Amino acid sequence: MPQSDTFSEHPPLVRLRKVHLSFGSNHVLKCIDLNVRQGGAVSIIGPSGSGKSTILRCINGLLTPDRGEVVVGDTPVHSLRTEAERIALRKRIGFVFQQYNLFPHLTVLQNVVLAPTRILGVERETAEREARELLAKVRLADKDDAYPGQLSGGQQQRVAIARALAMHPQLVLFDEVTSALDPETVGEVLSVIRQLVQDGMTCLLVTHEMRFAEEVSHEIVFTEGGEIVEHGTPRDIFHAPRNPRTHAFINALRN
Amino acid sequence: MASEDALILRTSRVVPRISPVVWWIAIVALAWLGLAHFHGNTVATLRVWLPLLASGLWMNILISVLAIGIGTVLGIIVGALELSRMRWVSAPARGYVQAFRNAPMLVLIFFATYVFPFEIQVGSLYLPFPDWIKATIGLALPASAHIAEIFRGAILSIASAQWEASASLGFSRARTLRWVILPQCVKRVLPPWMNLYAMITMSTTLASLVGVTELLEVARIASNTVNRTDFTIFVYLAVLTLFFLYCYPITRFTAHLEQKYAFH
Repeated sequence: MPQSDTFSEHPPLVRLRKVHLSFGSNHVLKCIDLNVRQGGAVSIIGPSGSGKSTILRCINGLLTPDRGEVVVGDTPVHSLRTEAERIALRKRIGFVFQQYNLFPHLTVLQNVVLAPTRILGVERETAEREARELLAKVRLADKDDAYPGQLSGGQQQRVAIARALAMHPQLVLFDEVTSALDPETVGEVLSVIRQLVQDGMTCLLVTHEMRFAEEVSHEIVFTEGGEIVEHGTPRDIFHAPRNPRTHAFINALRN
Repeated sequence: MASEDALILRTSRVVPRISPVVWWIAIVALAWLGLAHFHGNTVATLRVWLPLLASGLWMNILISVLAIGIGTVLGIIVGALELSRMRWVSAPARGYVQAFRNAPMLVLIFFATYVFPFEIQVGSLYLPFPDWIKATIGLALPASAHIAEIFRGAILSIASAQWEASASLGFSRARTLRWVILPQCVKRVLPPWMNLYAMITMSTTLASLVGVTELLEVARIASNTVNRTDFTIFVYLAVLTLFFLYCYPITRFTAHLEQKYAFH
């Protein structure tokens, strides 16, 4: 399948080739091909259970595909065998979860500082200064000392984004990050992501926020039943889908 | 979380409540005053023995603290090994836990007493290996097995999403355990851990059977020396009182912690 060439001057940072994955008899990913270019924002949309989150977990090595290639930069993720190799990969990839998954026993600041100090060996003072800058960036400068349990879902999710950014990732994966949020807090999280995309961070998003995906992405990928049905620019996918399944999905959302 | 706690505290303080610990200590003190009044002579003899009884209790406390300390360190290690994904690591750890959880403490104390030498030779130096340390080991082994199970349960009770989030930030399994999982376990294991400590403390009296001069042994010596039935009754009553005064506050505090953390 030819990829749209919005960012053809950049080599792809993430490359999936013919990726297959089954859980028992459940064939979750069927021959997935996907490119994400440096600085690009790609949104994966599609019905629940179509394997969207599984694709993200194959990219940072939480899951290993049965067949096919997953390459991030120069790293062949599909052939990593040791924990040390996977750790080296994950340091470069931020991951933001649907359920935030903050560390409940640590304050907001400690949540952001833990990985840089313990994993990268950054000095505590440097890490804290940077963490405060990141928290200001996600508009939570006054919440340093709060515990996750004291924050709203939207605030927790923004802390989770700051925590991922504190590792200086080349790429951030967003796994339905607004699906667990109250409607009134969705906007604050989306605006943080929008800013990240504008700053040139490479982002791969799994999302159900169609309007946001259309506005912020350079490319949309529509998956159904573990396959990539169609991909293209937001305008193509949302306004002129070629595949009848994409058409049906988009129309069902419109009505 | 904090505001919830504050709320619960405030509602329970509407009626000023005296801690049951204070009540019980008052009751015990009154009972002893009563005994002193009606059996002044016997209680006076008991008072002579009190310093020796106190030093006996000190030995029980020493053994119990050491046993729970060693047991905790060993238990955390064994508990972590039990959860290893490598069978050749987890299987022996599980065997260790099953062996020591299902062994009577008294048998382990006897075993430790006879299996270890009475002194250890280091070069030309002979270090004594006193019986009370052997008894401590005999208690630390089952303690470690229980603590391993307590920690294993706590680790498994932490949501797997915490492991996934840590892995995604570049944490190894060992580092996730150290920095993310164990700190969250501390709160959950505290009540069962203190329960175990109270149990271990009461089991330290078993050390008297291998000749350790702890509280029960001192009481036996006192009873034999004075050789009067009423004194014998009183001295064992004193032993029970001392253990009660040491263990009861611990049990109460455990119950308090259990209640406090039940909400989370």
